[in-house]
Amino acid sequence: MNIIVYIKQTFDTEAKIVLDGSGKIDANGVNLIINPYDEYAIEEGIRLKEKLGGDVTVLAMGGASAQTAIRTALAMGADKAVLVSDPALDNTDEWTKAEILAKAVSQIPYDIILTGRIAIDDGASQIAVRLAEILGVPSISSALKLDITDTQATVTREIDGGTELIEVSLPVVVTAQKGLNDPRYPSVAGIMKAKKKPLKTLTLADLEFSAGDIAPKMNVDKFTLPTARVAGRKIPGEAAEAAQELARLLREEAKVL
Amino acid sequence: MAKGIIIIVEQRDLQIRKVSLELLSQGRKLADETGEPLVAVVLGHGIEGLAQTVAASGADKVILIDDEKLANYTTGSYTSVLNKLIRKEEPQAVLIGNTAVGKDLAPRLAQRLGVGLASDCTEMEADEKNFLSFKRPIYAGKAFAHLSSNVRPILATIRPNTFKAEEPDASRQAEIVKETADIDTADLRAIIKEVAIAASERPDLTEANIIISGGRGMKGPENYGILEELADVVGAAVGASRAAVDSGWREPKFQVGQTGKTVAPTLYIACGISGAIQHLAGMGSSKFIVAINKDPEANIFTVADYGIVGDLFDVVPLLTEEFKKLV
Repeated sequence: MNIIVYIKQTFDTEAKIVLDGSGKIDANGVNLIINPYDEYAIEEGIRLKEKLGGDVTVLAMGGASAQTAIRTALAMGADKAVLVSDPALDNTDEWTKAEILAKAVSQIPYDIILTGRIAIDDGASQIAVRLAEILGVPSISSALKLDITDTQATVTREIDGGTELIEVSLPVVVTAQKGLNDPRYPSVAGIMKAKKKPLKTLTLADLEFSAGDIAPKMNVDKFTLPTARVAGRKIPGEAAEAAQELARLLREEAKVL
Repeated sequence: MAKGIIIIVEQRDLQIRKVSLELLSQGRKLADETGEPLVAVVLGHGIEGLAQTVAASGADKVILIDDEKLANYTTGSYTSVLNKLIRKEEPQAVLIGNTAVGKDLAPRLAQRLGVGLASDCTEMEADEKNFLSFKRPIYAGKAFAHLSSNVRPILATIRPNTFKAEEPDASRQAEIVKETADIDTADLRAIIKEVAIAASERPDLTEANIIISGGRGMKGPENYGILEELADVVGAAVGASRAAVDSGWREPKFQVGQTGKTVAPTLYIACGISGAIQHLAGMGSSKFIVAINKDPEANIFTVADYGIVGDLFDVVPLLTEEFKKLV
């Protein structure tokens, strides 16, 4: 079984967000992690390999720092990696990124492509499904459970208010929801082996893209920071007094009851 | 020449999702402001009866696409039908609620249409240059991206509870059009074997106006009963922090936070929740926040409009009694 796992390196959830001089999100000094939802995808890919044989290719797009994320995935048990790296990626939208990713994927044989259902930085949740569309394969979002044979995937996925059981033939793109599995920690042996596993870097030129091909369809006009929520007040008094006052405030002041 | 604003109306079991009603109301305001017609599209099976509700909610035209194959949402069938319809209608913009369906459908549809997508938007405005501009949260709401597009149609998903669903006007008339479903068989590869919706008398977290939420301070699963009692007095949903879910006290689907659900109720009451940055990411855009916590230094108090420093096991039942007097 040929498995591709698409991962993204994102800011740590604790990161404080500031804008730089040109109004862009400042990445200076920010701690970077593998997008937590992609960890479920890496783990699932490795389990599939352990069960059915084959290999796991990690695919990522980003700058040189993304190599750390890739090496961690390799240390967990993936076999090889491809990194698409190019300064022009900074000015792309999801449409463009999906087109680029599809080009990279088309060079790798696959039966299943796994990735997290959402990236915690942009929270857009678009790339995987767009990729599936370009490749002409079905996409299944928010998988909670995945059973694969050589030809078919049976997926339990999360929908609003419940779950759905879906059957689909391979090849397929599946996005992982929290709860799909418990990702393993890389072992020391794994970390050592990872250093020797192949990592190929591709530029947009390698993928035969020119500047005109990658213009975004949706433009970011600017970034802004939220106005801080101001702390309100603490209601004094013993429980009974405070509860009564809170109810009154919610009715009379906030007008929500 | 692109014309019109299309709202994709989501229905399940012939119930229109709340977010679709919100979009119809906001769409109506936009339509009036820009002079564009508002068109609602409903997919499903046996959906004729929904046309009038949709008309009453502000649509100028309602397009019904009724087919057995559309009874339950599948990515393939809905993308196939909507891609063809949208290419035929040539609207300026297409708006979809950012529900589980919207999150799955919109990117596939956007790619097939060859357009961008502004997802999970929390603000939308008419724009001189590009017809519409959007604002969406990034980095769990720690920043915002402002988006617009000169490509048509503009496609966007809107976060539930962003806009208000106005009272429907039963006297409103709309043009009602029935279209046949044109589905490519190539799009019918995934087969739904089973759908399991948990029956609940409480509203969905993402749609609830009031949420009562419990964290580590709840001390155990058996104690959530007091939150449920409070919730049931006001028709609220019950949520949980990651700590409570990871401890196995509540199911993951009730988790509010960066790796759980993002909610935007009118009122969020956080009980025994410290207010970690990742939890705030999930509820920080609630209109009003109440915090009940023993620790006066708990971070939740920095965002709470009203706070009670006290033992939630004393306060919550008393609050239930107070709320009973009000409703």
